[in-house]
Amino acid sequence: MAFMPYVPPEQLMKDRSDFAHKGIARGKSVVGLEHADGVLFIAENPSSTLHKISEIYDRIAFAGVGKYSEFEDLRIAGVRLADLRGYSYGREDVRARDIANGYSQALSTIFTQQMKPYEVEILVAEVASDYGRNEIYHILFDGTVTDEHGFVGIGGHADTLTEALKGTFQEGWDLATAVKEAVKALSSAEGREIEPASIEAGLLDRTRSQRRKFRRLSDDEVERILSG
Amino acid sequence: MTDDPAGFPLGAGGPIGANPSFFDLVSRNRPEAVKGLSPPHGGGDVSHPHGTTVLGLKYEGGVVFAGDTRATEGFSIADDKMEKVFAADDYSAIAIAGAAGQAIEIVKLFQLELEHYEKITGDRLSLEGKANRLAQMIRGNFPLALQGLVVVPLFGGFDERRNEGRIFYYDATGGRWEEDDYRATGSGERPAKGSLKKRWRPGLSRDEAIRVAVEALVDAAEEDAATGGPDPARGIFPTILVVAAEGVSSVPDDEVRSAYEAVVGARS
Repeated sequence: MAFMPYVPPEQLMKDRSDFAHKGIARGKSVVGLEHADGVLFIAENPSSTLHKISEIYDRIAFAGVGKYSEFEDLRIAGVRLADLRGYSYGREDVRARDIANGYSQALSTIFTQQMKPYEVEILVAEVASDYGRNEIYHILFDGTVTDEHGFVGIGGHADTLTEALKGTFQEGWDLATAVKEAVKALSSAEGREIEPASIEAGLLDRTRSQRRKFRRLSDDEVERILSG
Repeated sequence: MTDDPAGFPLGAGGPIGANPSFFDLVSRNRPEAVKGLSPPHGGGDVSHPHGTTVLGLKYEGGVVFAGDTRATEGFSIADDKMEKVFAADDYSAIAIAGAAGQAIEIVKLFQLELEHYEKITGDRLSLEGKANRLAQMIRGNFPLALQGLVVVPLFGGFDERRNEGRIFYYDATGGRWEEDDYRATGSGERPAKGSLKKRWRPGLSRDEAIRVAVEALVDAAEEDAATGGPDPARGIFPTILVVAAEGVSSVPDDEVRSAYEAVVGARS
């Protein structure tokens, strides 16, 4: 019989948690914030095809930081869950809360049962038809879920980001102001100026007439907003 | 692909990479939803509504799809306002004739298939890819087609890579062919085609194409008992979708009404 040294559960959880924290701290950050027309996600991302921010369903968007392969795995699982729900029941029955709970359970199982925890932190947002009823869920690598209001920063510089936004955030910003302030907060957290070309921006826009409310801001749009 | 106890579908699925097919996903997770109906015992025949005439034609800016709104069940009219022409995604449309219940389900699955692919991969399928995928789905329906639940769609849209409109037609076995100019299918296929043959020409404008489509449906309704003609008194007009470089748009009833009045006016 193989000899298994005794490791107290506290120590085991702490080691795993430290490991995940370190992995996340190495990566870049994402800002999520509510604005007049919906919910905006902004990230620094040099790649224009490997996204951190994406669409899950009609009114639901996703943002992830940490290890790309792992949050991409989660994103795909979320799209699958949402599309299956919408097909089995109705499109309006697909809610961000269910998806956040799904992520929470999956991440918690992975954290306790697998060799290594996922080094990710994710946001799931749902835009409501009127201001103030949006939902933003923040899910950690161990499955902890929190319900956020107004703004939230995740990733390597989450704390400095949140501090920076705490000082500036105001309810009801228009899209341009929200983009500018989010980029400013990201730049100050990173301690350097972020090029408009390496900004990834996606938003849930309730003013869109289409059923699918998610859209990306192109590099040109971001540049126009930042220089305007 | 492993399903954890919470039923959250995690993992890559397939040999490598994520399978972008919604149809495969449903077949795996909810097989009862897509495995189809089992064959009737003793060759019993269940009556079901049938969608009748639909057509598609090219015009200078893309393609126009149109269909009457009647569904029949034997000699009765099952529904006079049934939609049979749908946007498949932002740049393509699908029109169906045949067993209505089965057809609607195929359209729903096909729409989800395109949306799911787009979300998983971050890219829209090419028009060619969409047409092939639909062929596979129709082929999957073949056992039901043998029992009389035949679904024959017309599919088409704006090909962003070739910068032109394209139309595809299918048979019950999933055979897929591309059409160069116009196509009709359903019970009123022959009169509609005859009408299109006389009226269609290359390079029609959008308005002309709508008028040609309405005229073909009026002709089909005159010749075929199962096709419903426009009925201004009851506000029943054909469904018409236009797919151009800007995407799919539905033609409002007022516009269809004036096209119809122009067609009837030219005949009196």
